[in-house]
Amino acid sequence: MSQNDIHPMDKLIRADRMPHIWCSGCGLGTNFSCFLSALDQSGLDIDKCVIVSGIGCTGRIPGYTNIDSYHTTHGRAIPFATGLKLANPELTVIVFSGDGDLFAIGGNHFIHAARRNVDINIICVNNFNYGMTGGQFGPTTPLDAITTTSPYGNYEHPFNLVQVAAGSGAVYVVRWTSLHVRRLTNSIKEALLKKGFTFIEIISPCPTSFGRRNKLGDGLDEMKYYQKYSVIRHGIDPKDADLCLNGKIVVGKFIDVDKPTFLDNQPDLVSMAEKNKK
Amino acid sequence: MKIKPAVLTGVHFMNGDYACAEGALAAGCRFFAGYPITPATEIAEAMSRRMPHVGGIFIQMEDELASMNSILGASCAGVKSMTATSGPGFSLMMENFGLGIMMEIPCVLVNIQRGGPSTGLPTMVGQQDMMQARWGSHGDYEVIALTPSSPQEMFDYTIKAFNLSEKYRLPVLIMSDEIVGHMTERVVIPNEEDIFIINRKKPKNKPGKYLMFQPEEDLIPCMANAGEGYKVITTGLTHDERGYPDMSAEAQEILITRLCDKIRKNKDDIIEYTVFGQDDAEIIIAAYGSPARSALSAVSLARKEGIKVGLFRMITVWPFPEEKVLELATRARVIIVPEINKGQIVHEVERCSKGRCQVISLPKLARIHTPYEILNVIKEVSNS
Ligand SMILES: Cc1ncc(C[n+]2csc(CCOP(=O)(O)OP(=O)(O)O)c2C)c(N)n1
Ligand code: SF4
Ligand SMILES: [Mg+2]
Repeated sequence: MSQNDIHPMDKLIRADRMPHIWCSGCGLGTNFSCFLSALDQSGLDIDKCVIVSGIGCTGRIPGYTNIDSYHTTHGRAIPFATGLKLANPELTVIVFSGDGDLFAIGGNHFIHAARRNVDINIICVNNFNYGMTGGQFGPTTPLDAITTTSPYGNYEHPFNLVQVAAGSGAVYVVRWTSLHVRRLTNSIKEALLKKGFTFIEIISPCPTSFGRRNKLGDGLDEMKYYQKYSVIRHGIDPKDADLCLNGKIVVGKFIDVDKPTFLDNQPDLVSMAEKNKK
Repeated sequence: MKIKPAVLTGVHFMNGDYACAEGALAAGCRFFAGYPITPATEIAEAMSRRMPHVGGIFIQMEDELASMNSILGASCAGVKSMTATSGPGFSLMMENFGLGIMMEIPCVLVNIQRGGPSTGLPTMVGQQDMMQARWGSHGDYEVIALTPSSPQEMFDYTIKAFNLSEKYRLPVLIMSDEIVGHMTERVVIPNEEDIFIINRKKPKNKPGKYLMFQPEEDLIPCMANAGEGYKVITTGLTHDERGYPDMSAEAQEILITRLCDKIRKNKDDIIEYTVFGQDDAEIIIAAYGSPARSALSAVSLARKEGIKVGLFRMITVWPFPEEKVLELATRARVIIVPEINKGQIVHEVERCSKGRCQVISLPKLARIHTPYEILNVIKEVSNS
């Protein structure tokens, strides 16, 4: 193998699992790289970092990451991650999964883990559809978008994920696109080091399943679209950051607050008993 | 407040649900996740009271899907974990019970059975989930399911369930029922040092050399926990010994065969039952859970009247004690199977009897058979 064949993040990749399953032009490769750089720069002990996913194209990321990895069932990454974190608080636990996985079948777990402020980090790749199963509409598909199960245009209202996260109690809420490599990397790093339930949404091209049917061109065309139409609005109310087909994409950091986590609030009977004695 | 130890050594008067919680703590369980449901709620309540005493975690999840998944996650972080539920919750747990089978994650799932289907009969007894325990998740696999008959056994067999789960690397089922869960009886909790505990086999090789799903001679792989530096890779997809997804027929053949064989080939170690008055028995009552209690009374009454009858009480229902049933069927004239369902385990008894004796189903819904109901059947059979 020549020097050129070695990826700079090789130590964090399971290189023997390459080639990966993703389509050319898919945003997942870029998102994955940003995550690996952030992990590398975070200074965290890699042996104490764990990655969990549900099912989907995005859900394959843990299997390519060279840290403890758990590819669970569709929608269930968050409760699995909750168990890992509460059982061993020393772990840094990352959930990396798709919009359908985290917000359709797994939506209930998302809002409750955020409410409890379980100290885990959620990275959601929002490609506006169910990529893996061939491009059906999902909970983030914009109105009017064509998918294999909305052949006349989607007539369901989509979630605005950053608003859902903020409303559920996440302490850190950010949105970037796959184009915002540097900012995304920094935000992931920040989230990994932050205590509490953090949420990062990545708007990401799925040229094969979503882009093609909605005339968004190939992966590169989608990146050009992000360049032209994304606007950075740090600190705005997440409700004003909703998305639509062919509209502007509001990105930035919307929430960054501190509050006690689930573990911080655990009853400490031993000290209560000490106090009672006095 | 007085901090209580994990093992409450002494003589207690407690119900089966509480005894189950105490058994779990004594076995080393330090993570409990659950969602309230009659008649299993008391287990969650007990755990919410007791876990802070022992430095463990109690979490009330948003549903049973979450409960099941979080106990899998906790176990992967190296902490023994348990959930407890009943009918509807058991159905919700089935998909991820399968994930535990596939990823070979030790943990314990308790079902205090009530009447079904659907919301059914929340406050009354059932044994209608016995086949769901065996086949409720999709795919082919083997399970271990225990059926305690008393609060004392709830304590003892919860410990055994943890030991089996740690030894064989899978979620183990306790298929109890409302009567056993809610009945209050004497429970003796031994000294901590007298409790036999099995912990999962740890990797013998260094990180880099160790494989998460490479079996040893006993067909069971050693288990590394998250955070120990092994960089484990696990998936619910069919996988090879490294844990890498492998979408080939060969990989499916190798993995699923091993998952079945690790239980089938060790069934003598797993299966437990008791027999009473059986040597001369022409009639056998085969029972498990709460009906085994009425069956025992019925057998004692019948024997006093000189009827040659015995009780075969299953404590392990899955894997099914096939060989023992065949042996009984070869010697006896009739096997009677009282169950609180329309007849489930009776089919297994029939299958394993291979036509060597008559098998009679004694179905009942929502209530336990009285000893006299069973006795009357014994008498009818003995006169025929
Ligand atoms: C219980 C269950 N239902 C359905 C599926 C099929 N399935 C696999 S992936 C997927 C959707 C994934 O969509 P998303 O989470 O957005 O991920 P993407 O592929 O777009 O990254 C579905 C429906 C499944 N695996 N399990
Ligand atoms: S289907 Fe879409 S999300 Fe999945 S790999 Fe292809 S482009 Fe990426
Ligand atoms: Mg998607």
